[in-house]
Amino acid sequence: MEEIIQHLTPLLRDVWGYIFPNEVELHWGLLIVLYPYLTGLVAGAFILASLVKVFNVKELQPTYRLAMLTALSFLLVAPLPLLAHLGHPERALEILVTPNSTSAMAMFGFVYAWYLMAVLCLEIWFEYRKDIIHWAEKEKGIKKWIHRAISLFSKDVSEASVKFDKKWVKIITIIGIPSAFLLHGYVGFIFGSIKANPWWSSVLMPIVFLFSAIVSGIGMVLIIYMIVTPFRGKTLDIACLDKLASFLFYVMIIDFTLESLDFIHRVYESEESIKILAYLVSDKLFVSLVVIQVIMGMLIPLGMIAVMKIMKSPAELKKMIYFIAAILVEIGIFTTRWNIVIGGQLFSKSFRGLTVYKMTFFGLEGLLAGLAILALPFVILFVLTKLLPPWEEAKTN
Amino acid sequence: MEKNVIELNKKVERRSFLKKLAVFALAPLTVRILAQDEKFKKVKKWILDNGYVPSDHKWGMGIDISKCIGCGRCADACKNENNVPRDPFFFRTWVERYRIFENGDIKVDSPNGSIDGFENIPAKEKILRSFFVPKICNHCENPPCVQVCPVGATFKSEDGVVLVDSDYCVGCRYCIQACPYGARFLHPVKHTAEKCTFCYQRIVNDKLPACVEVCPTQARIFGELNKKASPLVRFLRMNKIGVLKPSLNTEPKVYYANLDMEVK
Repeated sequence: MEEIIQHLTPLLRDVWGYIFPNEVELHWGLLIVLYPYLTGLVAGAFILASLVKVFNVKELQPTYRLAMLTALSFLLVAPLPLLAHLGHPERALEILVTPNSTSAMAMFGFVYAWYLMAVLCLEIWFEYRKDIIHWAEKEKGIKKWIHRAISLFSKDVSEASVKFDKKWVKIITIIGIPSAFLLHGYVGFIFGSIKANPWWSSVLMPIVFLFSAIVSGIGMVLIIYMIVTPFRGKTLDIACLDKLASFLFYVMIIDFTLESLDFIHRVYESEESIKILAYLVSDKLFVSLVVIQVIMGMLIPLGMIAVMKIMKSPAELKKMIYFIAAILVEIGIFTTRWNIVIGGQLFSKSFRGLTVYKMTFFGLEGLLAGLAILALPFVILFVLTKLLPPWEEAKTN
Repeated sequence: MEKNVIELNKKVERRSFLKKLAVFALAPLTVRILAQDEKFKKVKKWILDNGYVPSDHKWGMGIDISKCIGCGRCADACKNENNVPRDPFFFRTWVERYRIFENGDIKVDSPNGSIDGFENIPAKEKILRSFFVPKICNHCENPPCVQVCPVGATFKSEDGVVLVDSDYCVGCRYCIQACPYGARFLHPVKHTAEKCTFCYQRIVNDKLPACVEVCPTQARIFGELNKKASPLVRFLRMNKIGVLKPSLNTEPKVYYANLDMEVK
């Protein structure tokens, strides 16, 4: 109690104009920024993986298993910020057991469980099953038993069973694409369906979320692939990188078009809230939205990849440019989430004033906890790559 | 033949296995639903023991803006009656002061929700019009907060009052985001959503909400919407009425007389 009051009292001085008295406390902080960022990476990485299986983009084969494991690592962490943010985390299961059917948020558990169990885990299992059995045969001790357990003690590596696996990987991927759309489009709907908030309330929100998710997912897999490969003493597959950069470029164009459409639509319709939103964008969000999200996170990387595509450049230069572009994109998409979640709470619903968001360093809602949650998927991914090596040379025949 | 029997046995085995699986998976759910039902019965019994039948009522509030003098006694009484934290960040009701200047500027303020009153307006300010607006949960007929609550902890009672079950609220704050009127806050100790209940503990005992009771100018009228003889129905008959943010289709049950276009 004391802590909250101490945190809120100085904020009163920073309020501009008039805000409702209950609006001094900003309710969704860094943790809720992380949640759509993490789920976005899941959906994006999965869509990237599906390009290999469903659309037969052979160049991306080296990143297929890596993308699947990346998606799984981020998905496992995605509910954590939500849980940590609840006033009563011990009641979290109520959302699953007694959901309110009209609540978009109540669907979280079902969408999440479906995606985790029916899509990701199942696809990874079918994809790896044959290899796991072969690995277990050659291994000893605890690793053998872990692998045997993961393969659910199946031993059948006959041609027919492998064919069956392949067929199911494809089927699950086909189911998985709309599921990934559902997973992240649904997160967008949580925000887009709030009619009380004109910054959020937009029918484009789910689809903007989705495409920015694909952008961030491709970018993340590209970064991980580029960091991990040299560490393993292997060479980067430049054809694969070119393809990744191309897809990143195309999806960014779609994403940027959608965001521009949303922006133009708002300005053109110029509804009641336009004045306060214009003030929000030109003042509070200028750096994070105009400078970081649009210029640094979108236009510059788009330009960089475009130059690489137009001009014939040496492979080393390409690698560097792709890497920098992907890093910029990740920062850009993170600020996109920030601008939506935090930006949407900075203005009063009286449309007459703005408040501020001051992040704390310690505590569950603080920067430190946020960074820990953001780092956790990489730890999980490291463990997963030890258990289920996604590399080409680990495959068995 | 023998092969068929084995196949059949396998199928039967599988079927009974699936059945058992379903029973095990659903058991906690059933227990949970039954427990919820039990709780609901308890609440119902408490209300009925009191002689109060929710379905016999339909509550609403009328607020006459021209009568409000901005004394802030309503906001103070509300905090006392409902144990709302005294800090200036948590209000179930508050009063706003509007100043519309000759040059078109508009200033709105509500220092400490009006509990300590307002500062005097300097004589040099050229004011076109000025007035006070008491704010409270609108107990919408179509409440966005109830729609979004993931567990159904906030609900519309049969008498039209929107309530929160704080034993059930998970504290996700989605309802606070969904309320267009800023009428909700998170209780800093209970960590659950809080809002005006029309002083439910009072109205089930035939008393008026605290804010209505203490208002020195009778700017607030509380009463039945479905009974012709109620003072609220008379209020609705005698005045030109407005509600807040009608375009959002929340259908508020707090009705304002002499509402200004600048009030949002």
